[in-house]
Amino acid sequence: MLKFSDFPVFAFPGLLLAGLLLAGFSGLCFAGHLEIDIAYFTQQKKLPPPLSNLEPYIADKGIQGAQLAIRDNNTTGQFTDQKFHLHEVFVPIDGDVMVSFKKLLTDGYQLIIVNLDSDQLRQIAVMPEARQVLLFDIATRDDQLRQSACFANVLYLPPSRAMRADALAQYMLKKRWRDWFLVIGPDQQDRLYAAAVKRSAKRYGMKIVAEKTWQHSYDARRTAQSDVPVFTQGVDYDVLVVADEKGLFGEYLSYRTWKPRLVIGTQGLVATSWHRAHEQWGAVQIQNRFKEQAGRWMEEEDYSAYLAVRSIGEAATRSHANDSAAIRKYIFSSDFALQGYKGRPLTYRPWNGQLRQPVLLAAPRSIVSVAPLEGFLHPRNELDSLGFDQSETTCQSNEESIK
Amino acid sequence: MNHYLKCLLVLVFCSTAATAETVFVTLEKDNALAVVDPIAGKLLQTVSIGQRPRGIVLSKDNKYLYIATSDDDSIEIIDAETFARIGKLPSGEDPETFALNPAGKLLFVSNEDDNQLSVVDIAKKKLLKTIPVGVEPEGVAVSPDNHWIVCASETTNMIHWIASGSLEITGNTLVDPRPRAAAFTADSRQLWVTSEIAGTLMILDVDNRQISKRIHFQVPGLTPDRIQPVGVVIDRERRWGYVALGPANRVAVIDAQTLEVEKYLLVGQRVWNLAFSPDQTRLYTTNGVSNDISIIDLKEQVVTKSLKVGRYPWGVVARP
Repeated sequence: MLKFSDFPVFAFPGLLLAGLLLAGFSGLCFAGHLEIDIAYFTQQKKLPPPLSNLEPYIADKGIQGAQLAIRDNNTTGQFTDQKFHLHEVFVPIDGDVMVSFKKLLTDGYQLIIVNLDSDQLRQIAVMPEARQVLLFDIATRDDQLRQSACFANVLYLPPSRAMRADALAQYMLKKRWRDWFLVIGPDQQDRLYAAAVKRSAKRYGMKIVAEKTWQHSYDARRTAQSDVPVFTQGVDYDVLVVADEKGLFGEYLSYRTWKPRLVIGTQGLVATSWHRAHEQWGAVQIQNRFKEQAGRWMEEEDYSAYLAVRSIGEAATRSHANDSAAIRKYIFSSDFALQGYKGRPLTYRPWNGQLRQPVLLAAPRSIVSVAPLEGFLHPRNELDSLGFDQSETTCQSNEESIK
Repeated sequence: MNHYLKCLLVLVFCSTAATAETVFVTLEKDNALAVVDPIAGKLLQTVSIGQRPRGIVLSKDNKYLYIATSDDDSIEIIDAETFARIGKLPSGEDPETFALNPAGKLLFVSNEDDNQLSVVDIAKKKLLKTIPVGVEPEGVAVSPDNHWIVCASETTNMIHWIASGSLEITGNTLVDPRPRAAAFTADSRQLWVTSEIAGTLMILDVDNRQISKRIHFQVPGLTPDRIQPVGVVIDRERRWGYVALGPANRVAVIDAQTLEVEKYLLVGQRVWNLAFSPDQTRLYTTNGVSNDISIIDLKEQVVTKSLKVGRYPWGVVARP
């Protein structure tokens, strides 16, 4: 292996070095001092209506994870003579995302952490100027992006809805809770989640014995006690599967159903990439470091942003490069293995850019299980038992373009 | 008759005292230390200790145990005979593992949360120096010839080489992801390092500080990602090395001459740390999930006993 103390340090004048970096000449700096510029791109969001006093609205989800990872990268960088920079762009609520993104590209940023909704992500990913950059999606769960959009320039950190539903289905199969009553919220996202649930049900031999849409025609808090029993009456089922991504009614289902049944899905037992109750595999360490920095628990977006910036760090350290092509090549190589505090090496699926990762099944204050569950086998990698496998995606061309 | 019984008792006592050996196991979740008679295969007693005890080392004169109580941010000094708490050593924050220098006077402690290695003078109970290292430092080892202190950073994926004279980092070796433990061979020529995430054992040549060999493990019926090497020990003759494979629930036996895996021994669940008996005829393993230790007869290379000790057994040492 390489010994960094032996490498000569190039004495580039700062300006020349900056110019070279912007032009993408990373090769010149090989094994010498290297600056790695990463951008974090998001738009400020309107404050949603408060659902509960328990969970205050968190405005800095995502960026805190990126900042922690930059610190970790730079701790490593002091030994490898690499310096990582994070350029943060917060587009105002009424600002133009496209214009701001174009400016980012003109400024020469090639490695961009993106915290936008799926429609906005689609818009920037298809821009011809964005073809040569590498985008790290830390916010969407969109199945369509992973299954058929086939953007070769996007890596998806969060588990897709399909991965989450599969994780729940594996656990339900293990428990033999096969008859599902599906409750769907009125939003488009809720329908997408429900579609993922139906796909998983089919995949794992579950039966959806009933399906109902929840309508917000009244104040749920006031009438849940009387309404939920009626809503769930007359159906024989094992678990109530709720699709309520915004969390508008799902919390009110537990303990109020006609029959004594458990709630899973977006509330009750949830499938998530990160949870404050997670402490195995060294997770306590990052939970502590994060809390010390941010003054709050780590959220899913923070974890995804952390992994995105750490992916870049790992690739830059090993390949001595700072340009998107070399980083991308290393990330998709068989040498890449990211440690993500979940006991297994994390890698990216070459066919759709989805990060392979264990999915936590969490109750509000404990981790119930971690998917893939023992016994769910896969010829290549057990993590591929979650979400869209290679044969289920239309993105074969993506892999070609990677090779 | 009474007299005869007394004689017998004395005899029994003397004979056990002659071959006596005590194994100490830290119990991370019980905040306690398990005291085990490995020859009788019995848990003798459990001694209450500070919060979240993990790393454990026996002083060179076998008189004291140094135990990292991570959540108390301290290292306890325990009398190895009476189990009385003698005092504390400064340790920096969240001490996890540590190593003694050959003279037994300095302790090198990895501070996982602070990205540093603390150097502690045991006699003076003083923190001599803190050395900034990579993210989440874990395994620490001192070469028997006292030239090097090495420290593995789990998230930086590096071995830091610290010169024992200057106590400065003089080199770094990039290794496979999440390096956990490091051990020198008795001749100080090789450093063995485990990678939990890549599932490998790397053999580094101390002369050039580079990886000269990578050993991969394969256990039939287990996918590669279940094989997560952690603890590693090599015998004095450099004949055999042993690697704990974590959730693979096995200890790999490695021929230290050919550097080939010879066999796998099935032990308890999530095996992490290993310790030889003083005469190196036995190996003890801590199994964190099954809450027991396994005792391995090294002559026959077979597991002879598993013994329940308490919740989350973590570190282990044997005292003659």
